[in-house]
Amino acid sequence: MWTWFYRLASPPSVYRVAGVFAPWLLLSAAVFIVYGIIDGLAFAPPDYQQGDAFRIIYVHAPAGWLSMFAYTLMAIAGAVGLIWRIKMGHAVAAAVAPVGASFTVLGLVTGSLWGRPMWGTYWAWDPRLTSELILLFLYVGVISLRAAFEDPNRGDRAAALLAIVGVVNVPIIHYSVQWWNSLHQGATVAKFAKPSMPGSMLWPLLAMFMGYMLFFFGVLCMRVCAEILNRERQASWVREVVRA
Amino acid sequence: MSVGAVSVLRLVLRRELTLSFRRPGQLLQPLVFFLIVTTLFPLGLSPQLSLLRDMAPGVLWAAALLASLLSMDGLFKGDSEDGTLEQLVLSGQSLTLIVIAKTLAHWLVSGAALVVVSPIVATTLAVPVEAFPIMMLSLGLGTLTLSWLGAIGAGLTVGLRRGSVLLSLIVLPLAMPLLIFGANATDRAIGGESAAGALYFLAALCVFTTTLAPIAASVALRITLE
Amino acid sequence: MSTARCRLDVDQVHVWRGDRHVLRGTSFRLDGGEVLHVWGPNGTGKTTLLRVACGLLRPEQGTVSWLGRPITTIPADYQSALAYASHEAALKGDLTALENLRFTVGMKRTVSLAELKETLEKAGVGACADLPTRVLSAGQRRRVAMARVLAVRAPLWLLDEPYTNLDAHGAEFMSAMLAEHVERGGAAVVVAHHDLALGCAVRRLELAA
Repeated sequence: MWTWFYRLASPPSVYRVAGVFAPWLLLSAAVFIVYGIIDGLAFAPPDYQQGDAFRIIYVHAPAGWLSMFAYTLMAIAGAVGLIWRIKMGHAVAAAVAPVGASFTVLGLVTGSLWGRPMWGTYWAWDPRLTSELILLFLYVGVISLRAAFEDPNRGDRAAALLAIVGVVNVPIIHYSVQWWNSLHQGATVAKFAKPSMPGSMLWPLLAMFMGYMLFFFGVLCMRVCAEILNRERQASWVREVVRA
Repeated sequence: MSVGAVSVLRLVLRRELTLSFRRPGQLLQPLVFFLIVTTLFPLGLSPQLSLLRDMAPGVLWAAALLASLLSMDGLFKGDSEDGTLEQLVLSGQSLTLIVIAKTLAHWLVSGAALVVVSPIVATTLAVPVEAFPIMMLSLGLGTLTLSWLGAIGAGLTVGLRRGSVLLSLIVLPLAMPLLIFGANATDRAIGGESAAGALYFLAALCVFTTTLAPIAASVALRITLE
Repeated sequence: MSTARCRLDVDQVHVWRGDRHVLRGTSFRLDGGEVLHVWGPNGTGKTTLLRVACGLLRPEQGTVSWLGRPITTIPADYQSALAYASHEAALKGDLTALENLRFTVGMKRTVSLAELKETLEKAGVGACADLPTRVLSAGQRRRVAMARVLAVRAPLWLLDEPYTNLDAHGAEFMSAMLAEHVERGGAAVVVAHHDLALGCAVRRLELAA
């Protein structure tokens, strides 16, 4: 049974599978996102407290969630590569890192834009934004560490260990930032009040979540294909593919 | 006749401390750095005592973290450069145990030294004497936890060019909870309130890190040596 | 140390360093009483092979076994049975020769200072026992490193260019030590550029580019 798994996880088969899935994932992502944007921006009713400004939640909330999801995925893929020495694990981890970091930046930028109409300032040390910022630092650390090694194998393994250490710390960081923020409540009124949502507001949000996830996996498939071609460039099957 | 764990700890501790004390100049560097960094803030902001007292917890903690990280780089670098790191890994003893001993020795001459010097620095920031015990306890726990985290970072970045910058980049985000709880404990102590909550969290972090970090650091070393 | 307690099997080992396929299915078997001389031009993976044999580097394919068991399953036992000497002398410059030995050997077995001093004498650096190793010459440091290998009393020696920096006397001493070790049933893998003039039979493994 394990040989089946190892064969499945071999570079050529992952390349093939990812290549097949990518366009379908991206296409369905586009469908969900288009629906979500149109419904969320045009048709969902304005929030009675925040007015139209709350609509940025359709771009912000999925980005934040996905940045966390991506980090966890990166840590798991790295662990697979580190513990069971399956090279594809490292390829996936390397592919996820910049995508996750981009979603984190998106979450921070949209959060900052949301803050302007809400608190009158582009940045306030809201606990969720602060956690996102620290998550971005963690991403940058993993990416920099991988890049700093001349030997890509060691770089992969070091980055995997760091990602695992990071993922263990993320709940701790998240909790301590919340605690810190609750102590200094008086200073800012900043907290993203999540409006309790009726259906007409919720459906577009769920669609956006779905769309982001599909988009993430579609882009991931494309990046994994590119990573495989790069890592396995000495192999004969790669030369066949490139020649074709 | 295999060598027991306690003997290993003793051997490594003795070696590390001997090495540290044969270069006394290097021992002073983190302490001086600590002093210099804390001086930057009154110079940059204002010498007003009430303002300084408000800033003191944050300034003390940021300076202590940075000063500790400064010397963290040297934890494995010397051994890597002269080839003794491989001998440690091949010693037949648990690498985790060796890492624990090395990190403890390192903490004794850097973090613990910072704690001893902290009352002097705190006085320049108008921290009342009554707050000193809590401040020193929190700094002790915090620098110890930071040493464990730094050991992981040091293990990952040994032998890299510009390793020390990368080390700080990696370790500082992980150290932010430390800063939050530690500064808060000091703040409460200055204000005369009970710092128990923050101290408990800090202690829990310390125990958690103490249990897991040495294992991670020894894995990091093996990865580096491949 | 009888021959039965000494057997190293390196089987079809492949190692890539980035894009370079450094070791391509290298294999050898070493029993007690044998010396394996690994030689070849620069960059052919001699040091890499030694490090794979130590267990510092895990090959992408292939296994290393000690006494019939893969070294990944018996790390502590295997490490206790080997003595590795790298290119560098691996000594802490600020510690004296004696302190260096006391630490490294002390990690593997309990040993008295007197015994260590004796070993240093045997290696020709008894006078350097209380000098910090950074003031010693390269040849003296190499001898201290050799003393360490002797003092550890391991059945398997993995030596990377052990004759570097040694003068004629030193080289003679080195060869004598190797011969004695092998006579007692120990085994050694020696990486060297030149021929080994030992009394005993030496097997050779050439690594080609």
